[in-house]
Amino acid sequence: MQTVKMVITGPFSSGKTEFIRSISEIDVVTTERGITSDAERAIKESTTVAMDFGRITVDDDLVLYLFGTPGQRRFDFMWEILAEGMLGFVVMVDSTKPETFREAKSILETFRAYAPTPYVVAANKQDHGEAWNTDDLRIALRIEEGVKLLPCVARDKESVKTVLLELLYSILEEMES
Amino acid sequence: MPLQGNLRDFSTTQLLNLINLAGKTGTLTLFEGVKTGEKDAVGGDKMTPGRERARISFKVGKLILAALGGQDGNLVSVLNKAGKLTDEQARIIRERARNTSDKALALLLINANYVTQRDIVSSIQQHTLDVVYNLLGWSEGPFRFEDNSLPSSDRILVPIDLENVIIEGARRIKEVEQLNSHLPNLDMALKFPDNPREKFKGIHLSVEEWRVVSFVNPKNTIRQIAKANNMSEVEIRRIIYGLEQAGLVEIVRPAAAEVPAGAVASGSGKPQVPAARKAPPVQKTVVNRLIDKIRSI
Repeated sequence: MQTVKMVITGPFSSGKTEFIRSISEIDVVTTERGITSDAERAIKESTTVAMDFGRITVDDDLVLYLFGTPGQRRFDFMWEILAEGMLGFVVMVDSTKPETFREAKSILETFRAYAPTPYVVAANKQDHGEAWNTDDLRIALRIEEGVKLLPCVARDKESVKTVLLELLYSILEEMES
Repeated sequence: MPLQGNLRDFSTTQLLNLINLAGKTGTLTLFEGVKTGEKDAVGGDKMTPGRERARISFKVGKLILAALGGQDGNLVSVLNKAGKLTDEQARIIRERARNTSDKALALLLINANYVTQRDIVSSIQQHTLDVVYNLLGWSEGPFRFEDNSLPSSDRILVPIDLENVIIEGARRIKEVEQLNSHLPNLDMALKFPDNPREKFKGIHLSVEEWRVVSFVNPKNTIRQIAKANNMSEVEIRRIIYGLEQAGLVEIVRPAAAEVPAGAVASGSGKPQVPAARKAPPVQKTVVNRLIDKIRSI
């Protein structure tokens, strides 16, 4: 049985767990625990400590694993472990929270340094009225033209499928180049 | 939908860059921040927009008008500030042309030979740049960009390329950073060197420099001198830097201020990035199978 891995990363509360939950065939295995800081508690009650884990079985011989990274910097020692051997990665950005853009860019650069694999940026919460549009986000995050920056709603399965497919197309393109 | 956020997270320079690159048309409004008592996603104080601090308009990525909150920014004030109209002329024109639009007033002033068209354009341009350079130093406060919102049609709009503004703004920010790093602590004091008479011979100081010099005394902190002269932190730092470079004053550094705070181990909290690691080889057929599977979900 061959297994391949993709990593879903991004800042705290950017929607990584929800993204994996929308597409995984198993209940997402999360290692969450209660939030300790007031600022973080105001956003959600629990957070991913080590990783989320989802699975998509292709057939008897092939399984895709989706790993979600912990969004908080104090758990960044886990990132390198999760990045090992990944086929590609998705950087989730909460389009409604410009205060997290700098962190998103920093995470993106860190993962690029871990492994030179293809990646896409998913601009989550595009269904919110306060969301920055993708053109503005591209400039704000200084994402190069060749990198896909995709509108996303992490709780919508079709939207998640589109993001994963775009990442796979990028991986294919790189193999063919 | 409006582009909104806080300058703390997305600086004015970054906003100008975005507006320039995206060729946006609209108005950017900067506000004083009113703390809500809640925290945002990164632990900063959440703020709602309070009093308007500044308003800047753009057309297809070009700066066309800027005004600080509390300033009328009309043509008479701008020409008066630029020295093209005297205070008396400005007062009379304000009285007589109270309900006249800027455009109509400009025609009257040109026809009456008070000013030339070039005077008007250069004064408005300089005023706009002064406002924008001023707010480039702001580091906090909510902002909102309203697409396609433009000033009223009676205002005179002078388009200015943003590239140079951004470069000059970045240069000024860098200068402020250098001044801050040179003089990180305004609670230090100044003293004259051992032979001040000799050093001051033949030196021409500006009014502001003399004001600072007149307060030089190890008992006065730099902060107190700035306050007494109604100077901003940037102004006092710039003046002291010049005086110090000319050898006219010496900064009396408290022992604890020998190493600027934050200079030690800067960036040491960053995670160490290991050498790039390639993914294990995966065949194209595997990727195609994954694509087919995800399409079918």
